[in-house]
Amino acid sequence: MNAILYLPSSILDPLLCGRKSRMGRELTMAIAEQRTHVVPARRTNWRVYFARTWPLYAMLVLPLIQLAFFHYYPMYGVIVAFQNFNPGLGFTRSPWVGLNNFRYLFSNPDFKTVLWNSLFIAVAKLVTLQLMSVSLALLLNEARSMLFKRTVQTVVYLPHFLSWIVLGGILVDLLSSNGLVNRSLTMLGVPPILFLGSNTWFRPTIIVTNLWKEAGWATIIYLAALTSIDPGLHEAAAIDGANRWQRIRHVNIPGISSVIILIACLNLGSVLQAGFEQILTLYNPVVYRTGDILDTYVYRAGLISARYSLAAAVGLFQSAIGFILIVVAYRLADRFSGYRIF
Amino acid sequence: MVLEKSWSSRLFNIAIYFVLGLIGLLCLLPLLHLVAVSLSNRSASVGGFVTLWPVGLTLFNYHEILLAGPVYRALFVTIERVVLGTAINMALTVLAAYPLSKSAQEFKGRNWFMWILLIALLFNGGLIPWFLAIRSLGLLNSIWALVLHDALPIWNVILLMNFFRELPRELEEAAIIDGASYWDTLFHVYLPLSVPALATLTLFAAVGHWNAWFDGMVLMTKNENYPIMTFLRTVVIDLNLQVLSVNPEDLYNLSDRSIRAATIVVATLPILMVYPFLQRYFIHGIRLGAIKG
Repeated sequence: MNAILYLPSSILDPLLCGRKSRMGRELTMAIAEQRTHVVPARRTNWRVYFARTWPLYAMLVLPLIQLAFFHYYPMYGVIVAFQNFNPGLGFTRSPWVGLNNFRYLFSNPDFKTVLWNSLFIAVAKLVTLQLMSVSLALLLNEARSMLFKRTVQTVVYLPHFLSWIVLGGILVDLLSSNGLVNRSLTMLGVPPILFLGSNTWFRPTIIVTNLWKEAGWATIIYLAALTSIDPGLHEAAAIDGANRWQRIRHVNIPGISSVIILIACLNLGSVLQAGFEQILTLYNPVVYRTGDILDTYVYRAGLISARYSLAAAVGLFQSAIGFILIVVAYRLADRFSGYRIF
Repeated sequence: MVLEKSWSSRLFNIAIYFVLGLIGLLCLLPLLHLVAVSLSNRSASVGGFVTLWPVGLTLFNYHEILLAGPVYRALFVTIERVVLGTAINMALTVLAAYPLSKSAQEFKGRNWFMWILLIALLFNGGLIPWFLAIRSLGLLNSIWALVLHDALPIWNVILLMNFFRELPRELEEAAIIDGASYWDTLFHVYLPLSVPALATLTLFAAVGHWNAWFDGMVLMTKNENYPIMTFLRTVVIDLNLQVLSVNPEDLYNLSDRSIRAATIVVATLPILMVYPFLQRYFIHGIRLGAIKG
């Protein structure tokens, strides 16, 4: 998820610019005040109004057409979850079956496995990712050599820009029975491990490889928060005899705690998102028991076996829960940190 | 500061550099190994003697892939997609973000349009209705399916909208007093002021299009329509080397492993080439929206 990239200025402005932006913020506020000056209620003369504003409506035509065809039309398509969908008959003429697909689903043991796997993998990923990225940001913040810091940043951000196919291709080779990892293990006297072909090792492998791809990138927001901590606090702590470890513990960590809480709140919205592209790339039938997730289940049931209605029911279940979770997550984020997406 | 030079502080520094160096290496080594394998000869690669340096340095693997046609076809599909897709993404993003950056007083109905956008952001029908919808539009196997299905990146619209809102309103007001229409202010006031923001969004859109593979796998049913990442999936995940159409007489001289590694490198090289720019811009990306001094 690129959520970090999309944090709005309401959060980032104070975070990134810190004290320096006070002038900027005053300017913004002055502008905002002018914008909200009260306009006396008056009946709109629509002819005059449209003569001026028609371009604003015209600009929205193409975006709305795109939304209609590729967002709202598929949303209408969720009705197949309540049908026995037949491609020959289409959305409108396929027979209705009420909640039968859902009944079948909830009585199906596979569905419970898949739901549990999704939840487990997603939560494990979110927790490990946040722990790792906060630690990494704290470490990077301590590196005194800028060149070294920049180099490490360049390297750890890189995997974020590679697709799961590229990383998956590398991992399949690296973790194979005579890949680099197993050869190193053999040299250490450890018998080879089938990381991607064992129900014991599949989940840990997924979690660790996710860290490889995303942990570096996820540090950005924490690094930004760290630069906005008042250096005066560090000086005061140093004068009082705090060593560097104590300054991390009592200045830096409290200084970024609000951002940590904010990201944790926002993460709540994705506790059913176990990482479709990653799992679809790395899993295989041997590890379905521990690695099959909602999205891969939908993919196989719907697009491989052509059981469209069943798969759509799983998808609708996931979308509905996901929608609730995201709304709750945004509410929490707003409550705790005043986070608004606009 | 005296404290910085103390013995324990030095030890602390060494520990920091050691741990960071280790993490950096862990991120980088798999990539170095990949390049090494792609440049190694058959016996070294099959025998598993390659670690971080090519053994029996050869360009034969690249030669074989690039001599056969399929990689070019996949690259061509991807380039077409990146160019068309990024252009359309940016056009629609700007067209949606500008009106929505106006207040509901100035632009009546603005809040309704905003809700239409937000609902599409927060709720989706799921994979199956999405696929069935695109199929019923008759777009399967067409480049337009890949380009259009995500032609309006909603997050980017919100981002750019926030950015537009923080630009000083006075500039536009001055232009309007001089008789400019909304088209004029968009093209001559807002866009010139947003060049860094637009550059950031463009780069990210282009990388997104380059890296996308799942839509290609689902919406393209013929191998020859696959974009490069979907093509790469066939080679490195489905382990199907036939799609590469390597000269069969040369096969006994090649290791599957090196061929796969070389294909990955070919598909990734463009990303590595724009990576320095990406890096320069992404800090900008997260500052997007913050007012520029």
